[in-house]
Amino acid sequence: MKKKLKNMERKVGIIGVAYSKFGVRNDVNFNELAYESFKEAINSSNIDLKDISFLIVSNVGVWSSEPLPAVSLGEYLGLIGIGTLRVEAACASGSAAIKIAYDMIKSGEHEVIAVIGIEKMNESTTPIVVEMIGRAGNYFWEFENFGLTFPGYYALYATAYMNKYGAKEEDLCEVAIKNHYYGARNPKAHFQKEVTLEECMNSRYVAWPLKLYDCSPISDGSATVILASEDFIRKSGVKEPIWIRSIGASNDTSNLSKRENFLSLKATVEAADKAYKKANIDKDKLTKIFDVIEVHDCFTIAEILACEDLGLFKRGEGYKIIREKQTYIGGMIPVNLSGGLKAKGHPLGATGISMLVELVKQLKYEVEKQRQADIKNGLALAHNVGGTGHYAYVTILSR
Amino acid sequence: MQRIIYDEGIKKLEEFAKENKKILGFPIIPDQKLGTALWVSNREIRIKYIISVEKIKKFFEGLFEGKIYATKCLSCNELYFPPQTECGKCRMENVEWVELSGEGELITFTKIFVKPYSFSHYEDYIIGIAKLKEGINVTAWIEEKDIQKIKIGSKVRLKVTKRLPEEYLTYVITIIE
Repeated sequence: MKKKLKNMERKVGIIGVAYSKFGVRNDVNFNELAYESFKEAINSSNIDLKDISFLIVSNVGVWSSEPLPAVSLGEYLGLIGIGTLRVEAACASGSAAIKIAYDMIKSGEHEVIAVIGIEKMNESTTPIVVEMIGRAGNYFWEFENFGLTFPGYYALYATAYMNKYGAKEEDLCEVAIKNHYYGARNPKAHFQKEVTLEECMNSRYVAWPLKLYDCSPISDGSATVILASEDFIRKSGVKEPIWIRSIGASNDTSNLSKRENFLSLKATVEAADKAYKKANIDKDKLTKIFDVIEVHDCFTIAEILACEDLGLFKRGEGYKIIREKQTYIGGMIPVNLSGGLKAKGHPLGATGISMLVELVKQLKYEVEKQRQADIKNGLALAHNVGGTGHYAYVTILSR
Repeated sequence: MQRIIYDEGIKKLEEFAKENKKILGFPIIPDQKLGTALWVSNREIRIKYIISVEKIKKFFEGLFEGKIYATKCLSCNELYFPPQTECGKCRMENVEWVELSGEGELITFTKIFVKPYSFSHYEDYIIGIAKLKEGINVTAWIEEKDIQKIKIGSKVRLKVTKRLPEEYLTYVITIIE
């Protein structure tokens, strides 16, 4: 009993982080792309390969050729004979992988675990990627007969939100403008150029009311986080680890038709509540508590919903606050200073892990100056959604 | 039709790879933007799922008669659409099939412009979610082609229809007012 209690209090820290350049990465193969972030992460962690006792790989696959990604990476990275698995939670696979590693270390079974997220979406042609990602809901009742697409799912939320609260297509574009602004200052982002309101408004419809500039791109990329127990960190003298304070997770129905409304992703609300509770966060002071936040903006509407569902802003107010530029540096709360999924890119399996990489670097003042948040409390939050609120994970980090 | 554009793209890629097999001996082509070497796989598979509908046969018998069925748990009264013959809440397989009124109102909708490959032979289509009188929601295509004529809150009715060109029975949302 004593031992069990001790393990529950065991802290888990992040000791190595990196993500690869995101984009159309036709210059490298699957393993090489993973190695790009793994190499940088392990070098930054100052540990040996032999310290790693388990490898967790986050990868959705289907569009890429390697059927057993964890095994393929294990061989290439020199991590064999330890145990590995692949995790799938759609676009939240990365956070799901982190949760598994976190729990494994907290349980006392492992000291150091490498978590690698990778997606190589451009190994298939765009129509096939659109097809496979559109199936990421309910195949038989929503895809087979009605051909929903991923933008289509979020468009259903956008239509309902705009109708209820009076947001306009221009308001959605404000999210794209901000995220491209920061993406232009992130050398690893898929898109490194700013966009104007006119460009966004003139882009073609993908799934009305969402246009091309409301959507995150089809990206390749990898991200690696090395997690370690507090004991290991103290013993090995790792400097300035960032701690995982809590992880909250939830899930919702496969069929969108079973959702109560299209104004909020319930799984986010639930995951956030769990994370806040575990970390003793006062829900009334979120914008004062967190220095910087990464939210899941696979579409512009998703960032607005995320800010409201996390409790940062009141219902129906999110788009107005974003329009007032309050989610830029210097505003109420800086959101997606990496460029977000929208501009940084969205290689599914890598996304959640890259959010943690980004936040660790923010907390340590290691990102490019023009997109560095002011760190006062040393607290950051990552919000990662899988599918259309099918999965949700909220992870809280602290210095 | 988007299908033609999609197929042309794939055909060009394959022809390029075929050409280079003759010249280089391999299906290696340069990336259009980066110029990096890409191997175009010689292997291709066709995926067609074969899915059991044994336990929900009644649903399809209903569609054949022009009716849309849901299931209702006889123990807790939960209404299931899509229909399922087991109630997860009660852990019981004790449901009855009930015909839905098909009447309700539209709660949200979208129009799909960029279509999945297997839907690329259709014109742009509108998908809606209707809340029926019974309190459940149904996702389906909306028959109306002009998105300007569709509003959240529109009164709607579900109708059984034959989907072309595949020629199978499904259901569609029709706008009443």
